[in-house]
Amino acid sequence: MNLDTIIFAISAVVAVFGAVMMIGQRNPVASVLYMIVSLVAQAVLYIQLGALFLGAVLIIVYAGAIMVLFLFVIMLLNLRGREDLGAGSPLVSKVTKFVVAGLFVLELGFVVWSGVFPDSGSTGIQSSASEFGSVKVVAELIFMKYLYPFELASILLLAAIVGAVVMAGRAAVTETDESDDDDPVKEQTVDEVHD
Amino acid sequence: MVTIPAFLIVAVVLFGIGTVGVMISRNIIILFMCVELMLNAANLAIIAFSRALNVVDGHVIVFLVLTVAAAEAAVGLAMLITIYRNRETMNIDRFSILKW
Repeated sequence: MNLDTIIFAISAVVAVFGAVMMIGQRNPVASVLYMIVSLVAQAVLYIQLGALFLGAVLIIVYAGAIMVLFLFVIMLLNLRGREDLGAGSPLVSKVTKFVVAGLFVLELGFVVWSGVFPDSGSTGIQSSASEFGSVKVVAELIFMKYLYPFELASILLLAAIVGAVVMAGRAAVTETDESDDDDPVKEQTVDEVHD
Repeated sequence: MVTIPAFLIVAVVLFGIGTVGVMISRNIIILFMCVELMLNAANLAIIAFSRALNVVDGHVIVFLVLTVAAAEAAVGLAMLITIYRNRETMNIDRFSILKW
């Protein structure tokens, strides 16, 4: 049992533990924090597979940006996990949920059991590959071979930003309209003060 | 020596947890995070296969998937804020109508 195996075992257990705790929480903030724990452990797995650049990106983009966006929305909506989620779903719906989820997990387990994994992978990985997955190699691929997909991804991000602003901003606009309706009263009072 | 199938099993377990979470979760924020977890599990499998076949191209695919996940989180959370302003709840069962 060498160091690689120990690191793999710890990070795999932590990743699965964080994921399980995430779906079991009632408080969304705790859920986000458990998700971050799981993501950091997954980043360790990435790095163990030689994906140094993607491991760093996972921590910076996911744990650093996307999860903070989730936290920001939770704080913005002032959710504390205590609000009533309403009556539970009817029994039929509940049973269906668990049956479908169980069937899917069984299916995945069958895939694992039937052993469709590549034979070349069973030789094991070397702990420190020379250049595999380093920033230089990945950057050469992104900016030479896959330049057009990369540019399309930037356009996708731009479209997502515009879409998010349009969707989340519309309610704010109506709120300002309502406050504009209130404004004449304020203006009157201001005028009265001036008078 | 850690083998590639071990990483794939972890990816499958994470994907299964994400699926169960999407099915049974009633809080829409936790449901969103389960979707992100499933994307991450798929990413882990792609990186493991990329390592097994010894090509770096899989890393670019994972990079693009991360971009799509970021876009999905931004748009999804914007939709969530809009819905919450109308419905005042986080229960996914209350979001069953398309128009109100």
